[in-house]
Amino acid sequence: MTEYFLAKYNFWIYVVLMMIGLYAMMGKRNLVKKLIGMNIFQTSIILLFVSAGVKKGGATVPILRHSDYGPEHAEHLIRVADYLNPLPHVLMLTAIVVSIATTGVALATLILIYKRYNTLEEDEIMAIRKDIRSYKTPRILRSKD
Amino acid sequence: MIDQLPALIIVAPMLGAFLTPIIGWRYQHLCYPWTLLVLTIPLYSAVGALFKVIRSGPFGYNLGGWAPPWGIEYRIDYLSAIMLVLIATIGFLAAVNARPAGKTEFKGKEAQLYTLFLLQITGLLGIVITGDLFNIFVFLEITSLSGYGLIAHGEEGAPMATFNYIIIGTIGASFYLLGVGYLYMATGSLNIADLATILPALYHSKMILVGFAFFTTGVAIKMGLFPLHIWMPDAYTTAPNSVSTLIAPLMTKVAAYLMIRILFTLFAPDFAISVVPVATILGWLAVIAIIVGGVKALAQTDIKRMVAYIMVAEVGYIVMGISVMNRAGLTGAILHIINDACMIFCLFLTIGAISHRGHGREINHFQNLSKKMPLTMAAFVIAALSMCGIPPACGFFSKWYLIMGMITAGQWIFAATLLGSSLINAVLFFRIIEKAYLAPPESQGHNHTDHEAEEIERNDAPLSMMIPIIMSALAILLLGLFSGKIIDAVIQHAVPAIF
Repeated sequence: MTEYFLAKYNFWIYVVLMMIGLYAMMGKRNLVKKLIGMNIFQTSIILLFVSAGVKKGGATVPILRHSDYGPEHAEHLIRVADYLNPLPHVLMLTAIVVSIATTGVALATLILIYKRYNTLEEDEIMAIRKDIRSYKTPRILRSKD
Repeated sequence: MIDQLPALIIVAPMLGAFLTPIIGWRYQHLCYPWTLLVLTIPLYSAVGALFKVIRSGPFGYNLGGWAPPWGIEYRIDYLSAIMLVLIATIGFLAAVNARPAGKTEFKGKEAQLYTLFLLQITGLLGIVITGDLFNIFVFLEITSLSGYGLIAHGEEGAPMATFNYIIIGTIGASFYLLGVGYLYMATGSLNIADLATILPALYHSKMILVGFAFFTTGVAIKMGLFPLHIWMPDAYTTAPNSVSTLIAPLMTKVAAYLMIRILFTLFAPDFAISVVPVATILGWLAVIAIIVGGVKALAQTDIKRMVAYIMVAEVGYIVMGISVMNRAGLTGAILHIINDACMIFCLFLTIGAISHRGHGREINHFQNLSKKMPLTMAAFVIAALSMCGIPPACGFFSKWYLIMGMITAGQWIFAATLLGSSLINAVLFFRIIEKAYLAPPESQGHNHTDHEAEEIERNDAPLSMMIPIIMSALAILLLGLFSGKIIDAVIQHAVPAIF
């Protein structure tokens, strides 16, 4: 039992993070909170990948130190078991950049939404759009009587 | 130079996209010719690649000279080659079409329109050409992000539609990434051809099963398969006209290509039938997609929204063809990917032209359109006939193969749904054709007693919209007439040899 939970505690944290992100995207009404939920969701996946590169037996960061081997011997004397797998790290650098770009585009879209509807709450925006579709002047944009 | 052609297909539009805002900074009017110039390179390379594949079989290209599985490999086989030609051609024609509408919809920001255009085409080309799973994710996100940026410039509901698309689309791409992660953790490889040899030994491993589930769900979200299609109608309706001609035909089809790759190249077809009954699930979801898409399309009065719901049904056709798992069905599905891209492209082009000339998008206001825009409406009629499955337009042939596949598999309900959907399409399109060609003009209030037939001014689409319209209508007819040749030369080799 403890094997299942305690030994793999990091994977359980990623599951919790992913569910928090998914809940925020679905359950929150504010659009910025939904966006941050999406960000948390992507972060959990990134952390999962990085965990996949860890090796048992005290593997260290995958950076070669030339002082250990000398530059002309570097290719011959690398002991692979000493270093973490760098491939997931590299893949996740790309994924982090993708996540940043998506967040940037989403925030720009939110600026457009705010300029148009003057609010960022989803229920208010849906009410305004329903008013627009039925040709009434939306409540928020009506002048105060 | 000829050896480097596969890399050139991706590099040319990407570098073009990088240089476009710099050119547009000083010479705004040069962006359009620059875009067309850049897009001829992938067009030429894609056609060259297709002929090379037909002549000497599939070939690969190692990026940077690194051999797979350590390096990224671009693998061009029969399916990739035909998809490359499809994307390059539609991308080029959509760019030709984008100028008149782009001037009104992106006023003052045309450089940005063409930049995102080129980036989107780069992403689409990249998804079909690469043979590395993570590379597909990167190109998938390039495509999606440029799509989000383009759609947000649309009409009233566009920013909200874009935001919904961002949230749902990112969930889809993240699920795909999770699938890649699980497969990598189990096997240690990211190359599709390499994984196809490693995976059969691992089919009963839980990790592979979960990875497969995430793959399928992620790609289904991107494809717009029921019930994950909710982002599609809003996003494609509110998008600007110059943009929806590019995104609508291609995005869902490339995602369908991705599903074919996962189900048939990455995992053997045997996996989707016996290990996990995914084929059955996908088939029934496709039936519901076709029914829901058709019924909701009947309720629309906005023509663009109607076509968006028809697209939900078209995705159902393709997935149905994949799910029956026999040669005829898969041939029909691949042929339908090509045909449907051309049909939807022609439909969106004509809708854009009609909207550009000020006639709006309400079907009830389409009187006398056949006199005002004769060539455009002729192309619309050809596309509509193809949608209903009337020969010699290409839609007939893909539906023929799909129904043959259903009958071979004994799935009578699927075949009945396909036939019923053709009837619904006939109702949908014939009411528009009747409105445009046969309806008498409504009395506007001023006296009609003197002259019966008023002089209706002919104001057809501008030339840069007319050329893609005519070419896509011709393509629909030619694809139909030459479907046999296309199937013999390309598609029958794209279907796995087991069938």
